[in-house]
Amino acid sequence: MAEAHPVGFQWVMEAKKRGAKVFHVDPRFTRTSALADTYLPIRAGTDIALLGGVVRYILENELDFREYVLAYTNAATIITDQFADTEDLDGLFSGYDPERYSYDQGSWKYQGHEQQRESEDTAKERETAAGLRHESHGMPVAATTQRDETLQHPRCVYQILKRHFSRYTPEMVSRICGIPVEKFEELARAWTENSGRERTGALVYSVGWTQHSVGVQYIRTGAIIQTLLGNMGRPGGGVLALRGHASIQGSTDIPTLFNLLPGYLPMPHHADHPTFDEWVDSIRHPGQKGFWGNSRAYAASLLKAYWGDAATPENDFCYGYLPRMTGDHGTYQQVLNMINGKVKGYFLLGQNPAVGSAHGRAQRLGMANLDWLVVRDLFMIESATFWRNSPEIATGEIVTEECRTEVFFLPAASHVEKEGTFTQTQRLLQWREKAVDPPGDCRSELWFFYHLGRVLREKLAGSTKPRDRALLDLAWDYPTHGPEAEPSAEAVLKEINGYEVATGRPLGGFPEAKDDGSTAVGCWIYSGVYADGVNQAARRKSRHEQDWVAPEWGWAWPANRRILYNRASADPEGRPWSERKKYVWWDPDKGAWTGYDVPDFEKTKPPSYRPPDGASGTEGLAGDDPFVMQGDGKAWLYAPTGVLDGPLPTHYEPAESPVRNPLYGQQANPTRKVYTHPVNRMNPSPPEPHSQVFPYVFTVSRLTEHHTAGGMSRTVPRLAELQPALFVEVSPELAGEVGLAHLGWAHLVSGRAVIEARVLVTDRLTPLRVDGRTIHQVWLPYHFGSEGLVTGDTVNDLFGITLDPNVLIQESKVGTCDVRPGRRPTGPALLDLVADYQRRAGMTPDRRVPIVTTGAASEAHERTAGGARDGGGDA
Amino acid sequence: MGLKTFIQGWPVYRQLTGADPLGRGAAAQSARSAALTARTETADSVARSVCPYCAVGCGQRVYVSDGQVTQIEGDPDSPISRGRLCPKGAASKNLVTSPLRQTKVRYRRPYGTEWEDLDLDVALDMIADRILAARDETWEDVDDQGRPLNRTLGISSLGGATLDNEENYLIKKLFTAMGALQIENQARI
Amino acid sequence: MPDANSLYGPLDPAPDAGWVEAGPRMGFFTDTSVCIGCKACEVACKEWNGVPDSGFDLLGMSYDNTGALTANSWRHVAFIEQPRPAGHRTPPFADNPTGPPVSAESAASAAGTVTDTGTVPGVPPGSPEAAARMAAGPEFLGMPGAQPPGRATGAETRSDFRWLMMSDVCKHCTHAACLDVCPTGSLFRTEFGTVVVQEDICNGCGYCISACPYGVIDQRKGDGRAWKCTLCYDRLGAGKTPACAQACPTESIQFGPLDELRERAAERVATLHDRGVPEARLYGHDPTDGVGGDGAFFLLLDEPEVYGLPPDPVVTTRDLPKMWKRAGVAALAMAAAAVAAFVGGSS
Repeated sequence: MAEAHPVGFQWVMEAKKRGAKVFHVDPRFTRTSALADTYLPIRAGTDIALLGGVVRYILENELDFREYVLAYTNAATIITDQFADTEDLDGLFSGYDPERYSYDQGSWKYQGHEQQRESEDTAKERETAAGLRHESHGMPVAATTQRDETLQHPRCVYQILKRHFSRYTPEMVSRICGIPVEKFEELARAWTENSGRERTGALVYSVGWTQHSVGVQYIRTGAIIQTLLGNMGRPGGGVLALRGHASIQGSTDIPTLFNLLPGYLPMPHHADHPTFDEWVDSIRHPGQKGFWGNSRAYAASLLKAYWGDAATPENDFCYGYLPRMTGDHGTYQQVLNMINGKVKGYFLLGQNPAVGSAHGRAQRLGMANLDWLVVRDLFMIESATFWRNSPEIATGEIVTEECRTEVFFLPAASHVEKEGTFTQTQRLLQWREKAVDPPGDCRSELWFFYHLGRVLREKLAGSTKPRDRALLDLAWDYPTHGPEAEPSAEAVLKEINGYEVATGRPLGGFPEAKDDGSTAVGCWIYSGVYADGVNQAARRKSRHEQDWVAPEWGWAWPANRRILYNRASADPEGRPWSERKKYVWWDPDKGAWTGYDVPDFEKTKPPSYRPPDGASGTEGLAGDDPFVMQGDGKAWLYAPTGVLDGPLPTHYEPAESPVRNPLYGQQANPTRKVYTHPVNRMNPSPPEPHSQVFPYVFTVSRLTEHHTAGGMSRTVPRLAELQPALFVEVSPELAGEVGLAHLGWAHLVSGRAVIEARVLVTDRLTPLRVDGRTIHQVWLPYHFGSEGLVTGDTVNDLFGITLDPNVLIQESKVGTCDVRPGRRPTGPALLDLVADYQRRAGMTPDRRVPIVTTGAASEAHERTAGGARDGGGDA
Repeated sequence: MGLKTFIQGWPVYRQLTGADPLGRGAAAQSARSAALTARTETADSVARSVCPYCAVGCGQRVYVSDGQVTQIEGDPDSPISRGRLCPKGAASKNLVTSPLRQTKVRYRRPYGTEWEDLDLDVALDMIADRILAARDETWEDVDDQGRPLNRTLGISSLGGATLDNEENYLIKKLFTAMGALQIENQARI
Repeated sequence: MPDANSLYGPLDPAPDAGWVEAGPRMGFFTDTSVCIGCKACEVACKEWNGVPDSGFDLLGMSYDNTGALTANSWRHVAFIEQPRPAGHRTPPFADNPTGPPVSAESAASAAGTVTDTGTVPGVPPGSPEAAARMAAGPEFLGMPGAQPPGRATGAETRSDFRWLMMSDVCKHCTHAACLDVCPTGSLFRTEFGTVVVQEDICNGCGYCISACPYGVIDQRKGDGRAWKCTLCYDRLGAGKTPACAQACPTESIQFGPLDELRERAAERVATLHDRGVPEARLYGHDPTDGVGGDGAFFLLLDEPEVYGLPPDPVVTTRDLPKMWKRAGVAALAMAAAAVAAFVGGSS
């Protein structure tokens, strides 16, 4: 955190000053480790084993915050007897389909819910990264559940959790992660001792967690711990994601993503959502409890914002105009399609995949096979110059004179040359004022896309083709100003906020959205950012003039709420758990929820409220159900649906690992997304032979002094001089083993690429003892490429493409490689070296990576069939 | 300048007559030093902004004189950052004024070996033509069972996490209307 | 010990330098125990003061690619990797399989990597000495080991480790030898008690460089003039915090009236001692030390030498008053002659 988010780290230092203990877990000793109380070196890709060990420690010693757990989680809920755990099936859950590498979740349900089959096809959900929809809401479940408040029922979640993690002992943690037993126990002790009624503990992660083939389950394990310890919805608690771009949260909320529409509405699927009603019902699940019941209004209002007057209730608000998904259209599938010649044109908008994405060579080969490419950036980046300055030019794989890609480089306006909002990592929108005009041809994306749309519509004017209606009917009349006709960002923000169609009055919040076409809302979760016609995101009331929650600085979605699920900061009766940790509570005199923050609860629903039989929507949630976006109002220790790789997190080895999974026959995530393509050869891992060809683990991350793919730092003299070269950090032991000299050169080889770097021999890297072996890890920053003031090889070239099944994020925080002294070969000799490694490792072009590595697959599959036959069970 | 003023401004005069007989302080202050003032004080305008690097969202104040950014520093009012910046945030002026900033459209024709100049309007028009052509070439009306698809898989777009919400909104809206589905950004990596 | 006077001993320097209505003396307290080595101070300083780059070279001194305080680096963050215990902390590498630390090789290489910073003396060859001490310790067993390192079992020799970071800067001494030797009056004491080079006066004679007991002040090649931290004299005049202190994310660099900073620093040391960090100590805070105390002082976690700081700096002009007494008459005569010549010449 000190390394990549130094200014955020001031709050850790503030906590430390007040006596907080800081633990840092990282494969390498970083600037964060230097300030932490305790540092735990870990083998990259084994965090679930570590966290699972903590879960076991909590449960075996009964250190959970029992009152919180009983009232606010599904710990007491009973699960169907059709469920079988990874402990029973050697690393697979029940319902596994070894043909499609995905689960039928029918046997994971709550007791009595076995009949509910909201998802028939989890393989399809993987293709469309359906898990991402849950960013704003949980998966639905039916209202009533069977519970055992004593937590003794063998199939209650608490007991299932206990059995599931029973083998994650400190010794097993040590064996898998390389973390000594005493260190692990120090962490577990401190975490539990500093959680509960009087104290809270916070868990902070970055993409070191998300970029794994089990990334979502990493975060779930963290969430399970924080829920068991009562650290959710309370000040000083939570699971906090530190995201890496100024508005990466905003670009997820208002997604430039293939599978989502604004506000986490799903992009329609051709088979599942043929009509507007089917699409809406797939979101709101009629009859379900929770706040998602109004989604028809959000969906209708979005389409109204898109197609304006043309969108009417009679034509389903132009629902038919929306393009439909048929499967995986994610960035990595796109790149392979580019290599295969299926994609004609490509826009790059402030992103540099030639350096920043996994498998840089695939990225560049894809770009070299386009008809045209538009790059919009502040600087000349590697993705714009691949045709003259890429590693493939040197190897002869791309020949400038033979590369047909037409490239348009359009300079972009910087953050001070335009106005608009960023959404930072805690969902806070902040408006930026414009300081100066952009120089020369530099323009904002707002300008470019508005005018591109204008030109397209002019060119299509008079067209009678049905396909052009969506463009011609588009609501695209934004006011412009200035000599360059810059569109008004504020007008766009107002559309995002939503307004009454008849009067233009901005909505005060998403409860005002209607499903009859009388409102237009561009992104329902952002509704309220322009309440009362005031740009709430532009508020800048000084922190000195308001309390510590600072509600009048910017605007947070939803409803300017700063901590989600904050009803959980009070006990079931609505009283603060403790005076020290009071945040939101029930005021019986006023008959309302009050506190420092906007309560994440219906303002006047008393703690004693119990829903009438058959109630649905928000009415179905009790006065002590704080997790209001979940169908049962509870935090889920066990996820009966919605997570594609299992209802509970399980340790799997990374897709590329030198180690056999010590826990299960199943080596790696059995549902991970793999692409079999000649360009994407994966290094072998146990139990496959030849894994020793790539004996070392490598991991990559950021330096304080640089930013992502380097486009905004290697081009900036002040930053470039601070970290002027690519280097690889190695332990003294590995340096001795391989023969590396400090500040000399090393080259790293994977089954995809070879790169070279200067060597930093440092005590900050340590070998680990893993399962009786010594495992060496190396670390590199991934910021370098061939353009800019300081250059270096591109580290992400080493990675292959393997994705998490829930969100289709690639595993680019861990891989295997060989490390050799000296500089890499150049030209065709470089390709020969990689080919030689491929040959030695048996990585033939047609090799298929084995997904299932346990004999239990057929048994797991059986369980599905049983579940389907006996649906309903002993309910 | 009169002789008297000249002599009074002379350091040795000030040294011999003032409280700084060793001539190391007040007497040694040059005219330039005496006239120094922070350029933030004389700025024509100050914009309240947000750091463009990571997602912490540190407040920035952007000082402008004669249409040029002269200083970017932390906004002490921000409850997030309390006026502080990391090296990247502190280098923001260097970012926006970097000598490596591209300010002209560059064009590489198919099989070309060098960049060429191109007018922005022409570029915009050419890109629009190429979009329509790619769309026509790869358009899919319906699937094999006659269900609507309304799309092109011939156009892709990547990026958005460094851009404004308003920009992402227009990007998604326009691409969706043209049937382009393959829109992705840094949140996927 | 020499007598206290304008050139030695405790003193409030601004009034002594003729600032009749001087406010409190302003300075820096740099608390290295909370420094995260982010280098925001280096960048913020360069951005505000328009300091040129200091070279694009990988120095191999941990994460320090700046090398030293030079005319082109007015803040410098030092990084020191040590196989030593860090206070109350759990040893970072306890029970990890290890071999010997790398120290000597790393440091030797570091010494050979320093390249031209475009300043004089710039980064001295092989320095800062901290680099040589980066990982040195009594545990050093030499490289390579008898058997392949890391394959050995049981040789648990490396468990303690700490990574010290420290943002160094001009000390703005109470008795500033650079100022005392400056023949042009370019270096002067400001009303804030700080020491500033006036770029419109400096003629590049370089006397100040050898006078500085800390090796801070340095000449810019091509330009020839001496440059160093001004404690953002222009910002102070406008009531603003110096750029580095304003940027510092963790309040490692604190700016304020020196009296207050000294109090705060003493409290911080006491707190750290209470929390099991006995190695915490102040450096440059003592008005009775060889430079009369620094306007920019530090909280360190090891001996000053570890950070490349002189353990007991003494103002190089300490004995100047005695010399002046002898040379006084001659000097006065010369001054009078100069005045006469100048006035005569211009009238």
